[in-house]
Amino acid sequence: MPLIAAFVATIAGWVNKKYCFAVAALGLTGALTSSVGLLSYVLTHGPVQYRLGGWAPPFGIAYQIDPLNALILVVIAAVALLNLLGTQRSVALEFSEKIGAFYTLYLLFVVGMLGIVSTGDAFNLFVLLEIASITGYALIGMGRDRAPLATLNYIFMGTIGASFYLLGVGYLYLITGSLNMADIAAILPQIYASKVVLFAFIFCMAGLFMKMAFFPVHGWLPNAYAYAPSAAAGLIAPLTTKVMVYAMVRIALFVFKPEFTFEQMGIGEPLVWAAVAAIVMGSLLALAQRQLKKMLAYVIVAEVGYMVGGFWLGNRAGISGAVLHIVNDAAMTLVVFMAAGNLFYRLKGDSFGALKGVFREMPVSMAAFVVGALSIIGVPPTCGFFSKWYLISGAIEAGHYGFVAALLFSSLVNAVLFFRIIEIGYFEPFTHANHHGHHQPPVRRFREVPMSMLVPLLVAAGSLILLGVFSGDLVTKVIHLALPGQIT
Amino acid sequence: MDGLFDFIVSKYNYWGYVVLMMIGMYAMIVKKNLVKKIIGMNIFQTAIILFYVSIGAKRDATLPIIAHGHGDAHHAVHAVDYMNPLPHVLMLTAIVVAVATLGVALALTIKIYKQYNTLEEDEINARLRGR
Repeated sequence: MPLIAAFVATIAGWVNKKYCFAVAALGLTGALTSSVGLLSYVLTHGPVQYRLGGWAPPFGIAYQIDPLNALILVVIAAVALLNLLGTQRSVALEFSEKIGAFYTLYLLFVVGMLGIVSTGDAFNLFVLLEIASITGYALIGMGRDRAPLATLNYIFMGTIGASFYLLGVGYLYLITGSLNMADIAAILPQIYASKVVLFAFIFCMAGLFMKMAFFPVHGWLPNAYAYAPSAAAGLIAPLTTKVMVYAMVRIALFVFKPEFTFEQMGIGEPLVWAAVAAIVMGSLLALAQRQLKKMLAYVIVAEVGYMVGGFWLGNRAGISGAVLHIVNDAAMTLVVFMAAGNLFYRLKGDSFGALKGVFREMPVSMAAFVVGALSIIGVPPTCGFFSKWYLISGAIEAGHYGFVAALLFSSLVNAVLFFRIIEIGYFEPFTHANHHGHHQPPVRRFREVPMSMLVPLLVAAGSLILLGVFSGDLVTKVIHLALPGQIT
Repeated sequence: MDGLFDFIVSKYNYWGYVVLMMIGMYAMIVKKNLVKKIIGMNIFQTAIILFYVSIGAKRDATLPIIAHGHGDAHHAVHAVDYMNPLPHVLMLTAIVVAVATLGVALALTIKIYKQYNTLEEDEINARLRGR
């Protein structure tokens, strides 16, 4: 559905720039409604399979929807739609003449993401991964200042990651003669001892870790996200890393069986420690930043650590926590990046100095930002608390106290981070940099962003609290259904 | 599963792709010029394409087009006589992906060149630090 809209948006861009936004919004609304419908259908009727071109798997390419990816589909479509609605003005401001191209890329990116999540074919996943990545590069590259350079670094890392994944799929094909995920999963158990399977697994995981900016290979992320245009950052930051974590879950649980992934490989323990390092380093580096978006980017690095660590704990609570955190983190990141985009729209800068006294100026945007911040810190009524709760109980169950410590540490650091911003924005008076001693009394009027930017942001912020309130239902009714039964 | 390995008589194709991959990786890490880095990236991708192509090939095999297959299918089809076309088809897609990545990367270098008037990474970094 967004694919058709992408083509229509291009054509509409040639005719008249005003139509692009309408077409994009329409396409994404369609995608959202159909994915919500799909989720409720899957929950009542069980998995759905769509065969491209009518060829039966394992020969044809199948799209397989089960509760896990139906949930993620809803998240992607919702994030993309909210961000699209919320950034209409800033897109018009930042790319006045390239609106058609921007919306086309935007929709193609969403197509890639939706495809990665719904596909049931290992090679198809690579192709859609690259569709999403290449449009992502282009979207980030449209930014100003250091954006092109940051994007080029992202391209290098992303390409190596994708190539590693492709190599892993090559090995899998070599040993099983199949590309269909379910088919591979059926063949593999007989040959788990083979070294080829081992290397296929290592290459797939290494590639996906690079794409999701897991700690030692996170170098591309902060600059790319910090310099991206706000509309693109609000789309890419919530989705890319989360969808990559989903792909890892899919490969590790549904292509390789859990008993292979967790018992035979024996890499769970070191990976959880790597995740601990990711959380600690991401938090510390975030603390060192003086720029809002860059700080948020390092927070994402830490959040990726949460999800990877939670997953590799290998028990039910940990994995549920990781999947729940995919959903929650997408929503939280959306809120803070959209709020940052609104601030950027008005203040034309996002260094901490520019934020002084911003509460008086834009109270609603900042209120939404505070909700997002509280959720990232993990304060109870918001959703961040619940996924953290699952992650911590999973870690305690697995006896992994290092991970518990890292989670608590990172919550503390996040609290420091965000309260610093709240303090700057709320308490520090705005002063002009006036060197002549004539200190003007601060003139800060109510300058909130237009309504069309505020409403989607508030909806997103409200969704954080709703997700928090209903997270129990979400876990028992959706996520537990989605995980394979062998995980205890 | 042994049958799948029978046609791999020698392993020189694998060595070839590993060497190419390392050349590409070396170029991406060590070279300072951005265009050279991009070419390194392309070599890296090509290595993997070659790997896929080589796993589809067989000695003494021919194109997987079954002549007189339909109407008068009186003779049995020996799979051994034909190459495996699937990896090659997959690589058509991968080549398109590689070309697209290359295109985006080169377009970005043009943008970077306009911005900094140089493509040497250390010069750009020095300029960024200077500001």
